[in-house]
Amino acid sequence: MIDDDHAAPLLRVLGITKAFAGVQALKGVDLEVRAAEVHCVLGQNGAGKSTLIKVLSGVHQPDGGVIVWQGNEVSINHPVAALGLGIATMYQELDVVDGLTITENIFLGHERAAGGVLKVSEANQEARKLLVRLGHGNLSPSTEVGRLSAANKQIVSMARALSHDTKLIIMDEPSAVLDSEEVRNLFRVIRELTSQGVAVVYISHRLEEIRQIGDRITVIKDGRTMAVGLSAQETPTADLITLMTGRAVANVFPERVPVPPDAPVLIDVQGLSLRGHFSDVAFSVRAGEIVGLAGLVGSGRSEILETVYGARKASSGAVTVTGSRLKAGSVKAAVQAGIGLAPEERKSQGLILDEPVYRNVTLSTFARFARGGFLDERRERQVSLEQMQALELRPASPERATRTLSGGNQQKVLLARWLVHGTKVLLLDEPTRGVDVGARAEIYALIRRLAAAGTAIVLVSSEIEEVIGLADRVLVIGDGEVLKTTNARDIDEHGVLDLVMKGAAA
Amino acid sequence: MSEQNGAVAARAEEIPPAPGQNRPGVVRRILSGSVGRNLGLVIALLILVIVGTITAGDRFASYDNLLTIIRFASIIGVISIGLTFVITAGGIDLSVGSVMGLATVVASLAAVQAAATQSSWVLMILIPLGVGIAAGLVNGIVIAYGNVVAFMATLAMLVAARGLAELISGRRTQIVIETGFLQFTRSSIIGVPLLIWIFLIVAIIAWFLLNRTTFGRRTVAIGGNREASRLAGIRVKRHLVYVYVLSGLTAGIAGIMMLGRTTAGTSTHGTLYELDAIAAVVVGGTLLVGGRGTIVGTVLGVLIFSTLTNVFTQNNLDTSVQAVTKGLIIVVAVLLQQRFATRGPSGT
Repeated sequence: MIDDDHAAPLLRVLGITKAFAGVQALKGVDLEVRAAEVHCVLGQNGAGKSTLIKVLSGVHQPDGGVIVWQGNEVSINHPVAALGLGIATMYQELDVVDGLTITENIFLGHERAAGGVLKVSEANQEARKLLVRLGHGNLSPSTEVGRLSAANKQIVSMARALSHDTKLIIMDEPSAVLDSEEVRNLFRVIRELTSQGVAVVYISHRLEEIRQIGDRITVIKDGRTMAVGLSAQETPTADLITLMTGRAVANVFPERVPVPPDAPVLIDVQGLSLRGHFSDVAFSVRAGEIVGLAGLVGSGRSEILETVYGARKASSGAVTVTGSRLKAGSVKAAVQAGIGLAPEERKSQGLILDEPVYRNVTLSTFARFARGGFLDERRERQVSLEQMQALELRPASPERATRTLSGGNQQKVLLARWLVHGTKVLLLDEPTRGVDVGARAEIYALIRRLAAAGTAIVLVSSEIEEVIGLADRVLVIGDGEVLKTTNARDIDEHGVLDLVMKGAAA
Repeated sequence: MSEQNGAVAARAEEIPPAPGQNRPGVVRRILSGSVGRNLGLVIALLILVIVGTITAGDRFASYDNLLTIIRFASIIGVISIGLTFVITAGGIDLSVGSVMGLATVVASLAAVQAAATQSSWVLMILIPLGVGIAAGLVNGIVIAYGNVVAFMATLAMLVAARGLAELISGRRTQIVIETGFLQFTRSSIIGVPLLIWIFLIVAIIAWFLLNRTTFGRRTVAIGGNREASRLAGIRVKRHLVYVYVLSGLTAGIAGIMMLGRTTAGTSTHGTLYELDAIAAVVVGGTLLVGGRGTIVGTVLGVLIFSTLTNVFTQNNLDTSVQAVTKGLIIVVAVLLQQRFATRGPSGT
C-alpha cells in the first residue's frame, strides 16, 4: 500500500502540548500519518490518546506545537474547521441520533436543502452512494438509526465522515462495541477506505487487531510520543508493551503457586440455584486457590457470583463460609462473613466516582474505624494510603476524585477496599474490563499475590484465556449449569468452547 | 444521557496526574474549602444586606431586625436541614410542610384536653416530635421497602397529612393557652430568642451528623451510588428509613417552634413550605441528584430568602415582586455556586 517511504505525509504533528487546569495531558506528542495508511496509536489509559484526538478534531486547542496538513501549517480551532480540512472523527460513544433516519444522520449539520427546504430524495441518493462505498448497500437510507445494531450505527457514523470529502478518519476504539464477526466486517470497510486513498488513525487497546489492520504504529505514554512509525506487523509484542508501560513484561500470567493439600476450604457452595438463571451449582474454594468460571455472555456466570454474595436471593442451596452458613439474600451477612465482591460494572456498581479515593477504599469499613458513630477520617486516609501503596495504585493520593483514575487503578481501589476489610473470599467479576494491556499483567500478578497470601478467589471473565491462564481450577458454565469442573492445566480455550457449544446443542 | 456521562468520564481518565496535585496553593485551598464552596451564597447575602441598608437604612441595619430575620428563617431552616439529608441521600421529601402542620394540630388539641394537668407542656413538645417521626417512618418504609418513588410517596403524605390535620381539627384553629409551654418557647437566652437557639443547635448537630459520623457517610454514599453502597455491605433500605425519619423529626421540631411563635395549631400551617425548603437546600449547594450535601449552604440559603423577604417588607413592596425576585435569586445563586464551586469532597 505504501510504496514510497519518503512520500510527503498527509498529517504531521510536532511537539503538541496541552494542559487542563494545571494538569499536563500532552507533554509533546509527535505523529505522522501518510495518505492511504492505517496508522495505529497505542497507549494506556491516561496516556493522552483522547486528548490528542480532540486536538486533531478541533475540540481542544493545543497550548504549543505544530500541526502540518498536506504541507501547510494549520490551526484547527473548531470541529467545523477540522471537517473543512478533511479530518473526521468517529468517537467511541457513537454520536448518532437514534430518532433520525440514516440519511438525516449522515447529513446532520450540513443538510442538503434549498431555501430551507430539505431535498430528501437527493440526500437519500447520496446517502445510498456512501453506503455502497462502504460495502453496505443493503442498508436503506430511510431506516431509523435507533433500529440499527451498534456495528451498523458505526457504518452510519463512517458514512457521515465520508460525506465531508474526508481524507483522514480518526477512529477511537471502534471495535469496543463489536463482536468478532462485526470486527472483521469493520476491517473490510477500513481496507475499502484506504484503497480509495483515505487515511485512518486507529486507536485500540487490542494488539491482535493492530497486527491485522495496521500499517504503522505510534506509541504514546504519559502525554509523550515514545516511538513513531513502527511496523505494525513486525514489532514484537513485548517491545510494544514495554514502550507503552515503560516496563518489561516477561509473562502475562503469573506462575501458579501450588495450593497446599491441607489448605482449609474457605467457601463451599452446594446446590445453589436462582430460578430462571442457573441451577444446582456446587463448588468450593480453598485458601490460596483461584477458581475460574468460564462461559459465554448470558451463561449465568455473573449471576452465580452475585447470588453467592447475597446480592440476589438464591431460590435454593447453601453458601458456607469457614464453616458457618450464610443467610440467603443478605450482602451484609456475606461481607461480615468475609466475602468481598469486585462487581462487573465497576463504575455503576462498585465506586462512588465523585468521592475521594479513600472513601471508596473504606466504604465497607468506615464504621469499624469510627468511635461511637464518629468517623476517624485520619485513620481512614492512613489505612487507605497503606493499601494504595501496597497495590501500587497510582497516583497514591487518597484525596483524589475516584473518577479521575484509570480503569486498572479503579480496580485496585476495589481490591484495596476488601484488603482493608480483611476479606478471606474474593469474588472478582471481570477484573480486567476496561483495563489496558500493560495494567492487565499487573492486575493478574496482584490477584495471584492475594491468593498466595491465603485468600480464596472466584474469578469470572468473558475472556476465556484469562480464566484459564489465571485460575487453578475451572468450572465451565453453559446455560446456567456447571458442565465440567477441571484443572486449569487440562483445558484450553477450544476445550471450553467445545463444551459450551455441545451444551447449547443438547 | 448515560453515553454523555461516559464521554466525560473517558476524558477525565485521559488526564494524567500532575505532580503537586496534592498540594494546591493557598488560594485554591481556600476556594476548595467550605468558604469557597459557599462564596456565591455569601456574596448574594452581602448584596442583599447592602441593598437593605441603602433602601431601608436603620430600620434594616439594626440588631433587632437581625434577630427578626434569623427568627423568621429559623422554622423553615430547621425543616430545610432535615431535608438536606434526604436530598443528599438521593431522595426528596415533599411532605415536610404538611407534617409540620399536622404536628401543630395534634399538639394543640392535646393541650386543650390535658389543660388541667401540670405536665402538659412537656407533652406538647413530645407530641409534635412523635407525629414527625411517625410520618417519616411511613415515608421511609413506603419508599425503601415498598420501592415507591420518593416524589410520589411523599406527595401522597403531603396530601394525606394535610387532610388528616383538617379532619382532626375540624378546620378550626386551636389557640394554645398553656402558659408553661408559651413561657418556654417564647423565652430568650442572653437576649436571643429560643427559636434562634433551636435553629442554631439543630444546625450544629446536623453539621456533625453529616460530616463527622457514620450516619452522614452512609447518607452521602447512598446518594452518590446506591448500588455500590449496597454491594459494599451498607444496609441501604434501613438507612433510607432513618433519613426520612430524621426529616420527619425536624418537621416535628418546626411544629413546636410554630406553635410557640403563633400560639395556634392549624391545618394550614406550613403550606408550601416544602418548596421554600427545597429552594433553600438546592440554592445552598446540595446536589438535587444526591451524593453531596452541605448544612452550611442550606443555612445560608435559608438566610438569603428570609433577608430578601425582610428587605421587601421594610420597603413596603408588593409580595408578587418579591416572588419574582426570589426566582431570580435562585437562578443567580446557583450560577454563582457553579462558578466558584470546585468539585471537592462532599459536605461542609
